[in-house]
Amino acid sequence: MQPVPGVFEGSANVVAVLVLLAEFGMLRQAVLRDQVRLYALQSLVVSALAAIVAAGRDVPELYALAGLSLALKVVIVPLVVTRLLRDTSEEIAGSGTLGVATSVLVSIVVAGFGFFAVGALGIHSRVLPTTALSLSIAVVLVAFVLMIVRRDVVSQAIGFFSLENGVSLASLVVAAGLPLILEVAFLFDLLVAVVVFGVLMRVHHGRTSSLSTSALTRLRG
Amino acid sequence: MHIVLLALLIVPVVAAGLSVAPYRIARVATVVAGAASFVLAVCLVPTVAGHTIRFGFLRVDAISMVFLLATSFVYATVAVYAIGYLRDEQDEPHFDRYSRRFFLGFNVFAASMLWAPAVDGLALLWIAIEITTVVSALLVAIDRTDGATEASWKYVLIASAGLGIALLATIFLYYAGASVLGQSYDLSFSPLLAAAGRLPDTAVRLSFVLAVLGFGTKVGLVPVHTWLPDAHAEAPTPVSALLSGALLATSFYAVLRYFQVASAALGHTFPQMVLLVFGVASLLLASLYLLQQRNIKRMLAYSSIEHMGILAIAVSFGAPLALAGAMLHVLAHAAAKGNAFMGAGTLVQKFGTKQISGIRGGMNVLPFSAPAFLLVILALSALPPFGIFRSEFLIVAGGLRGGSHTMTALLVVLVTLAFLGLAVGVTRMVVSPSPSGAAVARGELNVWMVVPVAIGLVALAVLGIHPPGELSTLIDRAVAELTRVGR
Repeated sequence: MQPVPGVFEGSANVVAVLVLLAEFGMLRQAVLRDQVRLYALQSLVVSALAAIVAAGRDVPELYALAGLSLALKVVIVPLVVTRLLRDTSEEIAGSGTLGVATSVLVSIVVAGFGFFAVGALGIHSRVLPTTALSLSIAVVLVAFVLMIVRRDVVSQAIGFFSLENGVSLASLVVAAGLPLILEVAFLFDLLVAVVVFGVLMRVHHGRTSSLSTSALTRLRG
Repeated sequence: MHIVLLALLIVPVVAAGLSVAPYRIARVATVVAGAASFVLAVCLVPTVAGHTIRFGFLRVDAISMVFLLATSFVYATVAVYAIGYLRDEQDEPHFDRYSRRFFLGFNVFAASMLWAPAVDGLALLWIAIEITTVVSALLVAIDRTDGATEASWKYVLIASAGLGIALLATIFLYYAGASVLGQSYDLSFSPLLAAAGRLPDTAVRLSFVLAVLGFGTKVGLVPVHTWLPDAHAEAPTPVSALLSGALLATSFYAVLRYFQVASAALGHTFPQMVLLVFGVASLLLASLYLLQQRNIKRMLAYSSIEHMGILAIAVSFGAPLALAGAMLHVLAHAAAKGNAFMGAGTLVQKFGTKQISGIRGGMNVLPFSAPAFLLVILALSALPPFGIFRSEFLIVAGGLRGGSHTMTALLVVLVTLAFLGLAVGVTRMVVSPSPSGAAVARGELNVWMVVPVAIGLVALAVLGIHPPGELSTLIDRAVAELTRVGR
């Protein structure tokens, strides 16, 4: 019989569920600015979890990670992306390859697959409950769905950013003692993605005045 | 020897620092740094062929050394070529800013690719590969054309998502290791390999598959290769040469390290099977795509995917002979592909188009570069007497000896198919007569673009005809390291 989860495990699971819900929110949100806000919210939740683990499991380095990800993912990245969006007239994402309902259904299936598949692996951690790991893999998979089905560059970027949140969540669960520098390096990758995103917006949007990826088809074959 | 290793890793960083200086200083610094890093790498070979160098957070064994040699050779030749390549743009209005950015990115990119095989531990390795992505994505976008931006966007998204998966692999392996070695260990190779037999199976298995998929994105393994042809075609040619000649191999090095740990923990069968599947898929798709390419740089990019497929298959054969072939293939492919991109860049600059149909009669226009390009393509297609002939011969012999007859036959057929695709495209460009009335002046562009190609051809011939004795010792030792552990 499994032991009853304590307050710490319970709150960690609740936080992980919130992250997954925010991911679904991004998937169905058509207004780009709100999508960015949802991402900031999701990042806030992940940063909070890092702080909770730091306090509850006595891993002081995680405070640094929590602070850094708070500054970068909750404040800087969303601000920059919103600012870039303001320069364009685009507000609503173009229709995706799938309708909203279909893509949510697909994501539910994918998330369920990730959740149960990881649960079946029997990976146990002393730091956080396994349910949170399963949820984080579900977040990663739904982020992939988001990047695949949406047809605008903003959603693709947000999909990748939230993928990073999923991976952060997973690393908090199974490897809280993992060298901090890995997480920091990945945060750095976010920044570069934002820079390339900015260049893309300026070059691409300046010419076609559209954020849709349907114009990004020059390179194929 | 510690000093030599440190110097090898610091020289490109110094060159990067000097890149912000005026163009004249920056280009001298880059050429000197490239040449110096190759010389330093060669100096390390005899030591590493004897024993592994361990020093702080650095660890260089024979496997790392092979990749260090390959990267530093490409860096040295391409640094010279880059000067010739940039000469054309010297009179553009914003050239100063452009060249500063270019050399800064170029040297940091080379530095990160030299660090990756030299650091100890999977965590640091992941970080080094992450830095290569970050820098090279910016380098791909440097021309700021529509195509370059699109390619860079695809590259950054796909490769970063891949590295996200690779980070998951690192996390799971950390978890597996922590359950044996305690929370405070840092994923360094020696303790991990020593404890491999006691690692929990499921976590290692999961981690290996995630690592092949994640780092495989950067290697260019099918089906996660889609960024590769775009980035290689749209980047400035010196960057394409570095991407193809050095970056793909460096990423393959990461896969190889996970392969080492996974074989030690799980036995050879499972990791070999995973690599075989990815390798065959890459080789098959790339050879088919090679038959219908219209863009010269995309053609070479698909050839890179083909060769990464060959590497994966060679490692999956597992026989010592095939592994020796794989190690030699890393070196020979670096020399050949860097060279091929340089040759292609010369043709593109001379004819002003990347389309194969727009390049005709190369032999008449470029009396050295065009025949040299043809030779390099023949070398890439494994014709004797060049290095790739020897390495693929070893791989095929190893496959037959290891008992993988069907796969070896498939390998030979697909490599021949790829040869057909490459040969048709290239002979059209080089040999077929130029249409009457086309006015492209006869003559080489400049000496900077000729010398590195000649050096590369010599290196390829040396690797094919008679590899130096110390190199063979090094490769033997690398093979011993790859096959030593395992249950």
